Amino acid sequence: MPFVILLLAAINDNLGTNPVETLTHETGQWALRFLLIGLAVTPLRRLLKIAWLIKLRRMLGLFAFFYASLHFITYLWLDQFFDWYEIIVDIPKRPFITIGFVSLVLLLPLVLTSTSAMQRRLGKKWLALHKLVYVIPILVLIHFVWSLKADYSEPLSYALVFVFLLLMRFIYDRKKALQR
Amino acid sequence: MQRSVASSLLLSVDALRPLLADINPGRKWPSLNKSEFSTVEALNSFEDITTYNNFYEFGSGKKDPHKNATEFDPQPWSIVVEGECDKKGTYDLEDFVNSSMLEERIYRLRCVEGWSMVIPWVGFSLAEMLKKFEPNSNAKYVEFTTLYDKSRMPGQKTRLLPWPYVEALRIDEAMNELPIMAVGLYGDVLPNQNGAPIRLVVPWKYGFKSIKSIVKIRFTEKQPETTWNQIAPKEYGFYSNVNPDVDHPRWSQKKERVIGRPFWEPKRDTRMFNGYADQVAHLYKGMDLKKYF
Repeated sequence: MPFVILLLAAINDNLGTNPVETLTHETGQWALRFLLIGLAVTPLRRLLKIAWLIKLRRMLGLFAFFYASLHFITYLWLDQFFDWYEIIVDIPKRPFITIGFVSLVLLLPLVLTSTSAMQRRLGKKWLALHKLVYVIPILVLIHFVWSLKADYSEPLSYALVFVFLLLMRFIYDRKKALQR
Repeated sequence: MQRSVASSLLLSVDALRPLLADINPGRKWPSLNKSEFSTVEALNSFEDITTYNNFYEFGSGKKDPHKNATEFDPQPWSIVVEGECDKKGTYDLEDFVNSSMLEERIYRLRCVEGWSMVIPWVGFSLAEMLKKFEPNSNAKYVEFTTLYDKSRMPGQKTRLLPWPYVEALRIDEAMNELPIMAVGLYGDVLPNQNGAPIRLVVPWKYGFKSIKSIVKIRFTEKQPETTWNQIAPKEYGFYSNVNPDVDHPRWSQKKERVIGRPFWEPKRDTRMFNGYADQVAHLYKGMDLKKYF
């Protein structure tokens, strides 16, 4: 697990010259990666006709939230040192932090309704709520771009993957619609 | 001047710092004059200084310049001097720089991204050099340009920045006692990733103004267009003085990550003019530093 690798690196002083930057970057990246891998489940399932992949999806979503939380804790603890006044001022003042915070907050209802029991209870509403997974990566990518100075190649690569995954769903939905 | 607990700790560590100069007996300049402008704060390690660099000419990652600048050959090197001065021409670095002019200057460097280091540069006063070119009364600014050669600087193959990299100072900033032209660090020749063979160091401004691998110096009447200011004029000003009261539009400049300190240590408060107010504050008397950021 990336978390274990990061922990070992931290203990062995292997986080590079700017360890907090490394921790922030890595946790953020893994949160985004797990979000996108989660979005790849349904297209893969349909393509390869592997039904059980759907069981992975919840776990992937929870991992995304786990790393997003670590990312946020890194900011609260190692960047701001729990200076709550500064944090409360910082979050609305800096657009890139605002949008990052919003992305994390939007993950919360998805996490809280991730159990099968919740899925049953909410029915159609569950499906509507979980459409947020299409919105959150967009916010995360903007958060990523706004944190950079000039080289946008990293968020661009992730954006291309995201668009490709959306495209696969779009094509499938179109096919299904035409078949009716 | 207030001394915080943190800076007191830095001062005590100073006595323990290993000098590469002591470890590397084969270094080019074994005994340099020490400058009164050097800080006594703890030095960053040679490894940190030479493996964590923003030098997009060799790639945009922090480790890229160290990885990709190995093939770069900074010799022979010459600087073209142009513009409002009486001694224009092309100057070979070898003829130009001799060991007797060099001294050790230990300066803080604060990056606009929010981290800082302390570096033992080997260099000479920029002002002394510029005086030799005899700028005339029309010279209100000095402009510096980096090498533009895709075959030698692979990062320039993509148009990440509008090459060549250009920076500039107001003439009185350039003639101040602090700025240096650095040709080495830790008593030895400048590593490629640090801007070999010659670069500017302006310690009271954000690091991107300390332009590297300089091939041209031009005296101008009008304020030159500098690279980062061209790319994002609302984010990177011409002056870019280190100023905790003027935030970058997207992030705060109140604090900085001191490279080399343990990561569980808090960030340090950024100081006005990076702690060099005594030497440079007078240059900006009466200037609105929020407007002229």
